[in-house]
Amino acid sequence: MSRWVLKGLQTGIVTTRYPGGEEGAPGISPGIPQDMVCSGSHAEALALRCPTAALQREKDQISVLRERCVHCYRCARGITKPIQWERGFEWARIRSDAAVFPKAFQQSLHIRVIDAGDCGACLHEVKLMNNPFYNMHRLGFFITPTPRKADILLVVGPVTDHMKRAMLKAYEAMPEPRRVMAVGACALSGGVFGPGFVTGSGVGDVLSVDLVIPGCPPPPLAILHGLLTITGRKMALQDDKPAVPGGGT
Amino acid sequence: MMKAQELADQAQSLWPLDVESCVDASSGIVELCCKREQVPHLCDWLFNHQAYLFAGLIVEENTSRWDLFYLFVGQGKGGCVRVRTSAALEERQFQSVSVPVHAADWHEREAEDLFGLVFEGHPRLGDFILHDDTWQEGVEPMRNNFDPAAALSNRQPRENACPRRIVDVPGAFVMPIGPVFSGTAESVHFQLETVGEEVLRAFPRLFFKYRGVEKRAEGCSVDQALLLAERFAGTTAFAHAFAFAMAIEQISDREVPERAQVLRIFVAELERLRSHLSTIEGICASTGLAVAANQTAILEEEALRLSGSLTGHRYLFGLVIPGGLSRDCDNQACRQSVIKARDILQRLDGIDKLLINTSSFLDRIEEVGVITQEQAHSHGLVGPVARGSGCCSDLRRLQPYGGYDTFDFETPCEVEGDGYARLRILFAEAKQSVRIMEQALERLPAGPVFLAGEAAPGVVPVGVETPRGATWHWLRMDEERKLTRYRLITPSFTNWHGFHLAAENFAFQDFPIILATFGLSVAENDR
Repeated sequence: MSRWVLKGLQTGIVTTRYPGGEEGAPGISPGIPQDMVCSGSHAEALALRCPTAALQREKDQISVLRERCVHCYRCARGITKPIQWERGFEWARIRSDAAVFPKAFQQSLHIRVIDAGDCGACLHEVKLMNNPFYNMHRLGFFITPTPRKADILLVVGPVTDHMKRAMLKAYEAMPEPRRVMAVGACALSGGVFGPGFVTGSGVGDVLSVDLVIPGCPPPPLAILHGLLTITGRKMALQDDKPAVPGGGT
Repeated sequence: MMKAQELADQAQSLWPLDVESCVDASSGIVELCCKREQVPHLCDWLFNHQAYLFAGLIVEENTSRWDLFYLFVGQGKGGCVRVRTSAALEERQFQSVSVPVHAADWHEREAEDLFGLVFEGHPRLGDFILHDDTWQEGVEPMRNNFDPAAALSNRQPRENACPRRIVDVPGAFVMPIGPVFSGTAESVHFQLETVGEEVLRAFPRLFFKYRGVEKRAEGCSVDQALLLAERFAGTTAFAHAFAFAMAIEQISDREVPERAQVLRIFVAELERLRSHLSTIEGICASTGLAVAANQTAILEEEALRLSGSLTGHRYLFGLVIPGGLSRDCDNQACRQSVIKARDILQRLDGIDKLLINTSSFLDRIEEVGVITQEQAHSHGLVGPVARGSGCCSDLRRLQPYGGYDTFDFETPCEVEGDGYARLRILFAEAKQSVRIMEQALERLPAGPVFLAGEAAPGVVPVGVETPRGATWHWLRMDEERKLTRYRLITPSFTNWHGFHLAAENFAFQDFPIILATFGLSVAENDR
């Protein structure tokens, strides 16, 4: 056993400096397309290439609906004049000012994760928030196995018919104040699976969503950013609206 | 093991009146056509006497008839065989083959649930994919005339529908687990029947995540279906997208540039390495060995970041397209990747050495969750699970695809069939993956990574060895270049079928460990 302790000590600290500092290691984020101005015909061609209608064209302006983007890279590869992609990860948005938790939750937040039909990638990224690189415990975020102790319901997947009841039961078992966060393109818009005869078009069909995290899957840092946002520790941004101040970083 | 033509001739001579055999010239697949009554005999002969492995059952509803294909894979140089039977659409009765070929059990249950076929002699049909507590009887979503609106508006679920109890002894009770359980587990429900200590019967109830991928793919263009193929199982996305792309290329007789072929193998092995790291991490975590779990988690995250910086996406989404790859990976980046992979492997080896000297760890996985060779064969198990039980099938060798036959690698095999054997397989395969990556780097030719081409109508089954085992993608495309049938036979579906064998007759506290050593994906199973 002592050899394991030694092994752990020898490894040193690998944890990211985020949110105290910058994190820019390669391969931490798949990136996301950025709004672009170009000729009308090219904008139309780009919009047509997008399989999930994440690229909305208005005359010569392409605006990106991040919630729909599934990182298929069809607007970035195999085309002349591709869309520029940003490499960041701070994509989380809140749906209203009231979504931010009261101050008492800033240092300790318990999360109940519901897998409502995800492909495994989103759930895996959520799980990785516990690994030594991201170590969400240091920020006071905990995943709890029971909804009765949970403050926030983290849903991944497009919400399949079979999982709807389990998800609602978990939500009903949670004490107030409670919030719902939708993680990943499927949970936000149904992604490539919904809406269909056995899947909805995301959590929004069933529950009122407070926090949205785009990405397919969103990298662990994007989900951490969302949690920091809803606890008021990072500046909260609302959907397509100017920034609203949170409780201070 | 005989060659394709010999097998076809022998089947013809055994059943001269009932079987028509032919060999497909382009793919080398033997097709044995027979009447419905003969199917169990033919399958029995192939599976139990000719040692063919059962790959899966494919049901197709054509305009006037049912076509059922039972796909088998030979060991050695046996090639592929498909047994085909047809019947008019009004006829729904077929003979069950799952008594002689137990591996077909779940395939028949699925066909019963989604197509409304009846398999005579099958011991247990009913509640499987469509749960009875959500759906009314008579919903057959895979039928061509399925009307989702009518099915959704007529909901008459059976309240509290639950699987039959089997254990009938005083004091026995059922321990229900899931579908929402643990911290970040995938949604699956278990009913464990027990008298207190030992799990007497383990019943996994799956398909909580059923997304109807096969149905959604019908009528899709190649570009649309590619997204489904890649994203129905995100943790092995590359392998499935690879299979889909190869299927399109084979149907359309399209060429793939050599550089893209080598890069595909390079990336496929990177995915295998990452997936195995994830499974090893799961095993360490399930035994409560925190340092080992975290050390492996570090390696896994490094492999994810490596994938991200090499291809743009941590889970390798959006890379494979029919005709090649969507982007090139330059030689320098590949060289750096191999150096990084070697580094990961070296540190993994250090963890391995510590693990085999940690008795508290070995006590939890040695002689726990045993699958015998007979069980692995009869249930048709695949991947590291089968190779841990002495069934050394590996599609990269049996049905070499994408150029794997030119690579030098070993398929590790163990015979004990316990959790430790499966863990050793994972360590050994991680080494082989890096070995293949090194060879791919050495021979990486210059040139383009994509060749444009047109899709063509046709039908093809393509097999790929994913990190979890063999997957088969059966794809049929019509004249308008739309998919009319896309059947996904996945390794998780195959291995979940045999999972209960490992869990039964072991103590309760071993259950999560046995589950971890199987390394199963629920999303890949549920589709």
